[in-house]
Amino acid sequence: MQHTDRRDFLKLAGMAGVTFTAGLFPGRQAAAQAADFHFVQFSDSHWGYSGPANPDAEHTLEKAVATVNGLPKQPDFIVFTGDLTHTTEDGKERRARMKRFREIVGALTVKDVRFMPGEHDASLDKGEAFKEFFGATHYTFDHKGVHFIVLDNVSDPAAKLGDEQLAWLAADLKQRKADDRIVVFTHRPLFDLKPDWDWTTADGAKAIELLMPYQNVVVFYGHIHQENHHMTGHIAHHAAKSLIFPLPAPGSQPKRTPLPYDAAMPGLGTRDVSVADKVSFVELPVTKG
Amino acid sequence: MRRRVMVALLFGSALGGAACLAAETPAEIRISAKKFEYHPNKVTAKLGQPVVFVLTSEDRIHGFKMPDFGLRTDIVPGQETRVTLTPDKAGSFTFFCDVFCGDGHEDMEGTLVIEA
Repeated sequence: MQHTDRRDFLKLAGMAGVTFTAGLFPGRQAAAQAADFHFVQFSDSHWGYSGPANPDAEHTLEKAVATVNGLPKQPDFIVFTGDLTHTTEDGKERRARMKRFREIVGALTVKDVRFMPGEHDASLDKGEAFKEFFGATHYTFDHKGVHFIVLDNVSDPAAKLGDEQLAWLAADLKQRKADDRIVVFTHRPLFDLKPDWDWTTADGAKAIELLMPYQNVVVFYGHIHQENHHMTGHIAHHAAKSLIFPLPAPGSQPKRTPLPYDAAMPGLGTRDVSVADKVSFVELPVTKG
Repeated sequence: MRRRVMVALLFGSALGGAACLAAETPAEIRISAKKFEYHPNKVTAKLGQPVVFVLTSEDRIHGFKMPDFGLRTDIVPGQETRVTLTPDKAGSFTFFCDVFCGDGHEDMEGTLVIEA
């Protein structure tokens, strides 16, 4: 299988982490029209963060960019699932961080880069600065037969998608066939992963309800700074590692404080996602090591 | 004699009503919110006895969420927000801000201790 071949060359390149082959697109039979491609997910770079949880914060994002640029087979596109920058109450500083972030990721070899906000980018100004730098906070695009939906569950500081966006989502989904392949990107988990750590979306259940009639849906998100894999019915939800500091597994400690810094950065990284009739992905460490 | 008994009964009934009223009046727990803390951040109630949280904010909109009891509300500056709870389980339960309020938001939380 092609995804296995690519995993092999990633291993040869010394970049592969654990491979996760999901039963994604579960309603999909092996079909001739499936186009194989891959994309890379970056998440939670928190540019502008300064603190003991990552003394290397000024360089971690640059290292991740270099690592992805070093992939033998470049992805078709790259997606950032939110918290591009670390929050600040100073609007001028927020824009300065977004500007610097954009400069750093401008070094990516792949120029088709999609962005969405996290609460650190957008919750204090309802996404105003984010839109100035990166455009819309929710949108769709299509790539090689797969429909991608980007949802914004952070511009409302109460972590809601809101009725207007839900209506927009419903209208978009009405145009899909039940067996279309659909990938959703969002920042927060759409389901109640850990409500008392605020790892949830207030009205995320409504989005899942809208997605449920579709047989081939997978969700990629960020926010929780670690890998996590969860099913709501037949819909798989995959959380990504961050590029700033790892957070504890849900409920594994009393508070959601960052895990202690480890110079080897084992808890940080990006993710290379291969899409065909199945989806598989490989976790990429920050550096080749 | 009969009249004296009647008065006693009425008096007793009035006392009982007052006692009943007192038992049903929830105790107030006043909590003030500001970036990035609640004051006080540890409060106590008794199992089965209703309480009302009287919530105020000193700076901006904050949230008050306690998933263990299905409670949540916004706390809007300039007004008192009242939330009633009759605890049906003992233990320590976290409440936290679920309206993103800045760098430190993730640490804005408190504890409700329900004594059996």
